[in-house]
Amino acid sequence: MTDDTATMADPMVTATKRPDDGTRSTEVVFDVEDLDVYYGSFRAVRNVDAHIFKNDITAFIGPSGCGKSTVLRCFNRMNDMVPTARVDGSIRYHGWDLYATGVDPVEVRRKVGMVFQKPNPFPKSIYDNVAFGPKAAGRVKGKSDTDELVEDALRRAALWDEVKDRLKVSGLGISGGQQQRLCIARAIAMHPEVLLMDEPCSALDPIATARIEDLMLELKKQFTIIIVTHNMQQAARVSDRTGFFTTEVNPDSDTRTGLLVELDDTETIFSNPSDERTEQYVTGRFG
Amino acid sequence: MTDTTTATKPDGGPAGPTRRPLSEKTPNAKRRETIDRAVSIALAAALAVAIIPLLLIVWQVLVKGFQAINLEFFTEVEPLSYRASGGGYVHGLIGTLYMVGLAALMSVPLGVITALYLVEYGKGRFAAAVRFFTDVMTGIPSIFVGLFVYALLVQPYFGFGTLMGGIALAILMLPIVVRSSEEILKLVPTELRENSYALGARHWQTVFKVVLPAALPGVATGCMLAVARAAGETAPIILTAFGARQITLALQDGTGQAALPMLIYRGASQPFPGGIERAWGGALLLIGLVLILTILARFIASKSRVTPGGIS
Repeated sequence: MTDDTATMADPMVTATKRPDDGTRSTEVVFDVEDLDVYYGSFRAVRNVDAHIFKNDITAFIGPSGCGKSTVLRCFNRMNDMVPTARVDGSIRYHGWDLYATGVDPVEVRRKVGMVFQKPNPFPKSIYDNVAFGPKAAGRVKGKSDTDELVEDALRRAALWDEVKDRLKVSGLGISGGQQQRLCIARAIAMHPEVLLMDEPCSALDPIATARIEDLMLELKKQFTIIIVTHNMQQAARVSDRTGFFTTEVNPDSDTRTGLLVELDDTETIFSNPSDERTEQYVTGRFG
Repeated sequence: MTDTTTATKPDGGPAGPTRRPLSEKTPNAKRRETIDRAVSIALAAALAVAIIPLLLIVWQVLVKGFQAINLEFFTEVEPLSYRASGGGYVHGLIGTLYMVGLAALMSVPLGVITALYLVEYGKGRFAAAVRFFTDVMTGIPSIFVGLFVYALLVQPYFGFGTLMGGIALAILMLPIVVRSSEEILKLVPTELRENSYALGARHWQTVFKVVLPAALPGVATGCMLAVARAAGETAPIILTAFGARQITLALQDGTGQAALPMLIYRGASQPFPGGIERAWGGALLLIGLVLILTILARFIASKSRVTPGGIS
């Protein structure tokens, strides 16, 4: 594996440690090293190297099928759900290998929350949706404890004022934008350190999207956020750092493998990227 | 192709090729309309043919059954002679509810748990075997289930009774509960499961707190179908509950328990108007019972789940 990839044009990955300029955290939350993801024998993503910094919003952009979501789903081991998925290389969370034997994926997911593309509340009340995670983790004792936690999560997801009088209403009975904020509240209620967002706005209208983006900027004070987005403007608007993924056709099998071309400060990616492919993508000449 | 690309504007645009008014039908459209009408009529006729037996059954049972049903029908047992008119089927009603209730208590939990196993945990040969034998069980004639319970339990050990009837009905219900629950559980969207896992729920928590509640209305409907089938079974009941001429409350007394379908069978097979009239009444009662159970199950299912905009 190492031999043949070395002869191919290796991606220019600029996952260097951030210099301490006093404005942003230099603490590395995730340290991804030479990550390959396979589905069966098919290599979906290869050689991803990246650092994710604390309290950053890191955006993953790139054309369809380039493995952005696949990589995102490695951070909370959601790929374990796919029976054939396999991971090579390492992802370290504060130095601990996420894929080491003995690591409980459930514990990982309690620290690394996730919001999906389609808002998908459980067919339960708004209250029960938010209380679900903490109850499953056995963290809440008694009703007042739960009430407090639900209110706090809904407030932080900027949804409290809209739903405080109808907490017993089904989570499916509110608008799409509200449902997505409910899903964010549900994830926040677990007090994770990281929030993974897989195209959280692609099913929403522009106004609901703007609300979610405002919310993300607010949330990054407490959480580290990684967002996958198809929308380059969104990445430019909200993220501190942007990673550009692309695909390459495997000459022997006509399949496509994704790779991370570069990951850098968002401003650099959009104004002065170091890789030609990134420049072509962000200027709209490709993808 | 060209006449669509060089479209003319309604007013003063460049004149393109001559256009046909939109209201004018092409020969092809006329042919399509004829076929459309013919197929619609054929389908409606097929529906009518399919529904005629149902309507006739309901009509016949209503007309003949209502003559037999009065208050006495629900409070008294059958007179000793089939010749005598009057009396009622209260012992059969109690017996049917008793046995079907027992059967549901046994088969619903077991069946739903089996379905959960098949959908959530079952992989490989064992699950395939369970699925195969469940399918085989669905096809087993009900008289054979009766014989099986008779040979295994009734004759050597316990004699006829409520519990024996309940066991036979439970065996008949089990595959229906398993297969219908399995189909419903499979329909629960993957996204719901993923969301649950992403919130740090364990597998069993996902299964019992997300998947099962989401599937509950469908599972309840499947169980009702099973109950409806069990309530109407006659052959296995004859071999296991045998019948009784009085109200039987014992779980298992070794002498027998009455059931509506069995009373209908015995009443209707006599040449005496009294027995036949009661059989019609029993038929109406049985249909009404199944209908009420179905409506009740739907009602409970709709209450047990929060619906869009509704209150939990």
